[in-house]
Amino acid sequence: MSGYRPEGLHDTFVPEHDADAAEPVLPAQDGAGELPAPGSPTLPSLGPVGWLRWAWRQLISMRVALLLLVLLAVAAVPGTLIPQRAQSPEKVASFLTNHPALGPFLDRIGMFDTYTSVWFSAIYLLLFISLVGCILPRTRAHVAALRGRPPRTPRRLTRFPAQGTGTSGDQPQVVVERAARVLRRGRWLPFWPAYRVDLHDEGAGTWSVSAERGYLRETGNLLFHLALVGLLVSVATGQVLHYRGQVLVVQGHGFANAEVAYSPFEHGRFYSSSSLVPFTLKLDQLDARFDPETDAARDFTAHVTVTAPGGGSSTDTIKVNHPLMVGGANVYLMGNGYAPDVTVKDASGSVAFAGPVPFLPQDTVYTSRGVIKVPDVSGGQKQIGLVGFLLPTGKEVAPGVWRSVSPQSDDPVLVLSVWSGNLGLDTGVPQNVYLLDQSRMTQSVDSAGKPVTLYVHPGQTVQLPDGLGSFTFNGLPRYVALDLRHDPALAFVLTFALLALAGLAASLFAPRRRIWLRAARDQGPTTVVSAAGLARGDDIGLQPELDRVLAATLGRREGPGEDTP
Amino acid sequence: MTTGDLSTLLVWAATTAFTIAWIAYTVDLAGIVEAGQRRAGQRRASTSRARAVPAGVAVTAGAPVAVGAAGLVSGASADAVRPATVAAGGPDDNRVTAAADGGAADGPDGRSARSEGIARSTTYLGTALLIAGIVMRGVAAGRWPTANMYEFTLVGVLVASVVLTLVQRRRVIAFVGVVVLGITVLALAADLLLFYVKAEAVQPALQSYWLVIHVGVAISATGVFTVAFAASALQLLSAAREEGRSHLTGSWGAADGLRRPLAGWRVTGPRFAWLKQVPGPRNLEALSFRLNAVGFVLWTFTLIGGAIWAEHAWGRYWNWDPKEIGTFVAWVVYAAYLHARTTRGWNGRRAAYLVFAGYAVVIANFTLVNLFVSGLHSYSGLK
Ligand code: HEM
Repeated sequence: MSGYRPEGLHDTFVPEHDADAAEPVLPAQDGAGELPAPGSPTLPSLGPVGWLRWAWRQLISMRVALLLLVLLAVAAVPGTLIPQRAQSPEKVASFLTNHPALGPFLDRIGMFDTYTSVWFSAIYLLLFISLVGCILPRTRAHVAALRGRPPRTPRRLTRFPAQGTGTSGDQPQVVVERAARVLRRGRWLPFWPAYRVDLHDEGAGTWSVSAERGYLRETGNLLFHLALVGLLVSVATGQVLHYRGQVLVVQGHGFANAEVAYSPFEHGRFYSSSSLVPFTLKLDQLDARFDPETDAARDFTAHVTVTAPGGGSSTDTIKVNHPLMVGGANVYLMGNGYAPDVTVKDASGSVAFAGPVPFLPQDTVYTSRGVIKVPDVSGGQKQIGLVGFLLPTGKEVAPGVWRSVSPQSDDPVLVLSVWSGNLGLDTGVPQNVYLLDQSRMTQSVDSAGKPVTLYVHPGQTVQLPDGLGSFTFNGLPRYVALDLRHDPALAFVLTFALLALAGLAASLFAPRRRIWLRAARDQGPTTVVSAAGLARGDDIGLQPELDRVLAATLGRREGPGEDTP
Repeated sequence: MTTGDLSTLLVWAATTAFTIAWIAYTVDLAGIVEAGQRRAGQRRASTSRARAVPAGVAVTAGAPVAVGAAGLVSGASADAVRPATVAAGGPDDNRVTAAADGGAADGPDGRSARSEGIARSTTYLGTALLIAGIVMRGVAAGRWPTANMYEFTLVGVLVASVVLTLVQRRRVIAFVGVVVLGITVLALAADLLLFYVKAEAVQPALQSYWLVIHVGVAISATGVFTVAFAASALQLLSAAREEGRSHLTGSWGAADGLRRPLAGWRVTGPRFAWLKQVPGPRNLEALSFRLNAVGFVLWTFTLIGGAIWAEHAWGRYWNWDPKEIGTFVAWVVYAAYLHARTTRGWNGRRAAYLVFAGYAVVIANFTLVNLFVSGLHSYSGLK
């Protein structure tokens, strides 16, 4: 057998001495002139080229592929146990503070970025190099085999795992031709030839037929492995071309698709900002349904109006599991909450802040935390910060203790404490909009020295303590958190994944079989028929198949016995 | 009583039926063990045979391997290149077939037709009750019943019991019944006592037809892997006995005190004489492989389907979420298994170790990741 075979692969189609010859992994294997003769143990004479070739042979051997697979599995595990920067940066930060000795060490070896770390990448890249090195020669051999003919009928048919015999009254040639017809005819698809069949006149009145099927098995296997390479390449392509932005949109408001609208905005190395189509999107309404008993979320539907760059606009909906495709990107509904619409007037009575402020839901009843920062007070006054909670349906469960009892905004109340001083927004350090930097602020307290707490309902205006001004709670619109994402390689990723699946199924389930049948005249008028079958791998269907072919050929169980003796 | 309560009751009933089936299989197995011990005693008294190699056609490298039509599984062909000892159509096989054909009384091999009958019918009953329970659950929740850990376990157990029924259809292997039903009963009990949540509608992220496809396929794969795992475990026992290899025979040095009381449980000893009843290691390996191959294709589909769903629901097809990692690790381990099978020196016993590793990852991915690791997949419904 001239074709390439991976080391150690059991191939029952190959006589045993061949199987052993395929075993050595020394570069001498394919008999290149300047290299030692096969089997020679004189390794030092290999020279650098020889060693390289030897290393390459090692890399593309099944054993190393196996090792790399096991290694890949092991290397992927720590990422479930140690927090990962890409998924939960805040957990990584707290891990680093809690483990001052261990943390930095783990960081240095890439444990917080496992899946982009050098060692993880090295394993899978080696694996894929090994795979390509293994699969390309196989592909070449297989393409050649596809044009080949079934091997001639072996002289002895008794040494094969599936056997059968019978007799017929017909001439050997007639029997063999009938067998060829049976073998060619597909069992499920009549027009799809099942076996590739050759007839042989073996002289002295003896005829035989050799048949082979199941090239699909190897085709599937190769397809599977090549599709994996395609998958890796398309995932990588998507990585360098993609972009993703997050944006909060309050009911009645909208945004224009440009980098500045998003926070954060991330993109691949070869992304260009021209791939953002400048549409605008407005949130008209968010419908939210909850289970009346358990308050568990049941449905969120965002009704939006999209205006294309040309000017035409249309309405649409975005739901969880139903992203909206717009401008070549997908828009996902990632979250929602309430954004109290408030107005703050400063001590001089001019409006210092007006508009909705998104609060972050903390639980299933949408108890939401937020900060209202008012930096733009008029001349010389202190800046104002209001910190606290929004309760969509507030209830005073005990004196001074308020709790939300429903996720719906049936009776909203804002519970706020008041701070004044310097918000620190001009320090140049980016700030978290949901946190108040209290280092340069003081909290308002009442005459007894207790912190002042405001309870404000929609439509109410309250005076801020310390003569800071006034606060009005105008209304309670909802907001949605949207993710906008563009990955041009998605279709390729999916296609290669499905090809891999199809190839895998074919390579595991398509039977690869050879069947031989020989018909020889006895002394008398009977023809003696012997048959044998060989399959690749485990194949419980082989013997039944042989029996079926034999029966059909001899006209045993087959329909009207046109040729029974 | 509400439909939900009725469902729970049916699941309890199914658990009971499976417990009876498990006991019946255990009794069957015990009978076989005893008969084996008896026979071993008799044999010691008469002739002394060195090893318990089944009396069959001993086949060595390159010679014909004619197992085609015999037994539950054939297909030793892939191993024909290795020096092999395969029993083919020997007296053992005849006896087994005779017993499986249903002699009324206990056979000389200790198999109990009554126990096997009870085991079989209670497995059917349990499966039917479980199906009814799952359907009721779906009715009570008003949706497809695979949304949380409780329901996932119910359906997973169902798949395992169906696969078990199929595997045992032609020839009962008591050991596989004991292992699979043992896991089944434990899983159902844990499910009812620990993972139970009220039947209700699901959160928006789960409202998708992928709940049916992705989760359904994942469950089927898990069920199939379970039976394959049992087959591989049996394969190792059977191989160790055939090769006369046991860790309990040699001295453990300092820890030998620990070994001696266990010595009765050495796989080469009379307690494991029943292993002669089961198909040979090579046939079990082939059975395990066929199941694992099916499981692996299903698992691959789970992975792909999960990625497609994640793309719809979370806007990223792969996020290295703990559940995703677990699925990926299991997939790679089973891929390694498929490669090991075709690698010289790694097939047979070592490949079976990879089956254990893969199954362990599948189970850990289901239990540990659901219960102790937070991630996007936190849908167990348990707080
Ligand atoms: C990303 C890494 C790889 C994965 C996930 C993978 C996966 C698989 C799977 C699932 C099969 C099962 C199909 C079957 O058993 O017929 C398979 C078969 C096979 N793989 Fe890979 N593989 C990988 C890398 C490699 C490499 C590096 C090689 C070569 C050194 C290789 C060579 C083979 C061969 C020869 C078969 C066929 C075995 C047979 O005939 O049964 N694979 N692979």
